[in-house]
Amino acid sequence: MNFETIIGLEVHVELKTKSKIFSPSPNAFGAAPNENTNPIDLGYPGVLPVLNKEAVNFAMKAAMALNCEIATHTKFDRKNYFYPDNPKAYQISQFDQPIGENGWIEIEVDGYTKKIGITRIHMEEDAGKLSHTGDGYSLVDYNRQGTPLIEIVSEPDLRTPAEAYAYLEKLRNIIQYTGVSDVKMEEGSLRCDANISLRPIGQEKFGTKAELKNLNSFAFVQKGLEFEEKRQQKVLLAGGEILQETRRYDESTKETILMRVKEGSDDYRYFPEPDLVPLYIDDAWKERIRASIPELPDARKARYVNELGLPAYDAMVLTLSVEMSDFFEATLKAGADAKAASNWLMGEVSAYLNKQQKDLADIALTPEGLAKMITLIEDGTLSSKMAKKVFAELVENGGDPEQIVKDKGLVQISDEGQLTEIISSILDQNEQSVVDFKNGKDRALGFLVGQVMKQTKGQANPPMVNKILIAEMNKR
Amino acid sequence: MSEITKEQVLHVAHLARLAITDEEAEKMTKELDAIIGYAELLNELDTDNVEPTTHVLDLKNVMREDEPRKWIDREDALKNAPDQKNGQFRVPSILD
Repeated sequence: MNFETIIGLEVHVELKTKSKIFSPSPNAFGAAPNENTNPIDLGYPGVLPVLNKEAVNFAMKAAMALNCEIATHTKFDRKNYFYPDNPKAYQISQFDQPIGENGWIEIEVDGYTKKIGITRIHMEEDAGKLSHTGDGYSLVDYNRQGTPLIEIVSEPDLRTPAEAYAYLEKLRNIIQYTGVSDVKMEEGSLRCDANISLRPIGQEKFGTKAELKNLNSFAFVQKGLEFEEKRQQKVLLAGGEILQETRRYDESTKETILMRVKEGSDDYRYFPEPDLVPLYIDDAWKERIRASIPELPDARKARYVNELGLPAYDAMVLTLSVEMSDFFEATLKAGADAKAASNWLMGEVSAYLNKQQKDLADIALTPEGLAKMITLIEDGTLSSKMAKKVFAELVENGGDPEQIVKDKGLVQISDEGQLTEIISSILDQNEQSVVDFKNGKDRALGFLVGQVMKQTKGQANPPMVNKILIAEMNKR
Repeated sequence: MSEITKEQVLHVAHLARLAITDEEAEKMTKELDAIIGYAELLNELDTDNVEPTTHVLDLKNVMREDEPRKWIDREDALKNAPDQKNGQFRVPSILD
């Protein structure tokens, strides 16, 4: 029997507002435990939550960028549960009137494109962070309690773990461009749970699904799903039954491990949050937010291909992160040629960032510096070999490429008279090589070029050296 | 009319983490049944063309600007904690 895999993803994204969603506590990653809390976050009796307007703006912006319809009338609800990560014993969330619905994004996997539906996007508050100490106790840090979150629920449209990976990449990419979140999985500002079930091909009814948690990277999402796909297939082929259960992915064994079997549906007893009044979003507000959405990655990619004439691959790589894309555009604005700028960014710059494990924002190189260096290469001042030396300086210490060229004495020798003089004397000293060249030994030319470069400390203009060498030898 | 069962009472008590005795459960089943039964009087009203009410106040869009403000110190935040360690609240482990 052959099976079809059905995957749906639930993604939580923290919004980077300055304060929390329902209290004025600072919303910042990395503070000392419980530093950013107040009586509202701590769930004291008698306190009242007040909605942060910017959190609504950010949620709306993300929902619009993901092609959702935005609710006109919406509200908040209480989701009741007892767990020490939330001192109120309820989470303020949205139940039946999410801020966004019916969205979609387009993904590209192995050469095909596919539209993936987004069922809903709702706002809610994040919970505190528990560390289990292993001695029967847990420590709780409520700094994260009240951080604005959006939960993005996909339609069960994903059919392979690779599609799930592509969906996450695209989702992160788009949200990063809107600027409403850092979307860093390693800092928890993007988190993902995955639902996966199998059904015999041709069957309409979904099979029983398992929920995967503890997926700490996009790669683990894919690997966890791949493992789970095989596990479920094995169970079904052996005539077994898939139970509705929560499993976690274990990085060391690369397996999914049973956490608990769900009996019946969760009983959260949602009801409208009495402490928060309804939210009405009129057209003017929606339009204001819509106008603030920057050009998104797909639009930029198309523009790079159609207007700048870049290859599709370049456009794809340059738009993978908003920092890279912004840097590229600033480099063009500073006067660089598009393809040259693209080559440097995808080549030397990316290699440097990978090697140093740094972000573009953390290095000394500026778009202006890169643009100027590219111009110096194009007008013949710098050979590509010398440019690498200038680049090494620019990327470490910044500065003006022209000044670096002067300081390091890197100016390329492109003066024909000067080169001819140098070449003549080298030919005088290497008469045998001239003879060899005339006898058809190509290696002799390479040797002579090397001699010229040695004498000029690599500063001779290589194409001109080649040309003059051949001309001078032919004269002899 | 209404039919609150003892199982429902025990289920809700569990969700609310209330430890109740069997006698209390019996008593509450009767009382809750009466309360729900009373509330069901409302079913006599025709609400076909009435929008569901989620809030009784005639207010909407009460919001604040995104301005962070320190309110209390960490020591104060932890002052009422029954147990604490390293600036964190210490609670019995609950494996979920």
